[in-house]
Amino acid sequence: MSDAKKLAIIATKGTLDWAYPPFILASTASALGYDTQIFFTFYGLQLLKKKLCLQVSPLGNPAMPMPMPVPVLIQALPGMQAIMTSMMKAKMKKKGVASVDELRQLCIEAEVKLVACQMTVDLFDFKHSDFIDGIEFGGAATFFEFAGQSDICLYI
Amino acid sequence: MADFDKELDASGLNCPLPILRAKKTLNDMTSGQVLRIIATDPGSVKDFDAFAKQTGNELLNSTEEGGKYYFLIKKK
Repeated sequence: MSDAKKLAIIATKGTLDWAYPPFILASTASALGYDTQIFFTFYGLQLLKKKLCLQVSPLGNPAMPMPMPVPVLIQALPGMQAIMTSMMKAKMKKKGVASVDELRQLCIEAEVKLVACQMTVDLFDFKHSDFIDGIEFGGAATFFEFAGQSDICLYI
Repeated sequence: MADFDKELDASGLNCPLPILRAKKTLNDMTSGQVLRIIATDPGSVKDFDAFAKQTGNELLNSTEEGGKYYFLIKKK
């Protein structure tokens, strides 16, 4: 084991907005010299799919900034989630915020270790071939092997 | 070109891209060389200061002019 600082992250959410914190923090930590590992479980597994189809929903999220007030019942209409997602993506692009794909690639290049939770892979009937290459599959004990020696441990 | 060896234009990029691009560029440089970074992200002022402190690369200069931020970093 190297004497570099270590960052362990558990990524549990699979929406577009919640995809950012694990990948931003992991890539930045690597640039600062940390050994970094992300453990993806439950909905977080979506962040490791070959083809990312992450969406954002205003439902149940009254804090989401909207260009105009939209009543909750309208937010629940079919197609609203897709509209919100494309609006969010357009805004991010305009502001120079990296795409999730790009940040994930930067993590891979920086040798961030990506571990998918095997139990939830089985639970959702995912196949190993659904995921990008170069990741590992493991369980809770695998996570603790690294997290137990980490300087920072985040649950996202 | 007298006071730096390489330049990175990170204009228009937002956190954490300027830092990540800078780190990548520094990887290809040799110890003692100076990298000049141009950024438009206001958060990069604190971030490059923190980056330098944590990585040991020296932040020689940090200035703002006309909405752009300029950093000189000397590779460790």
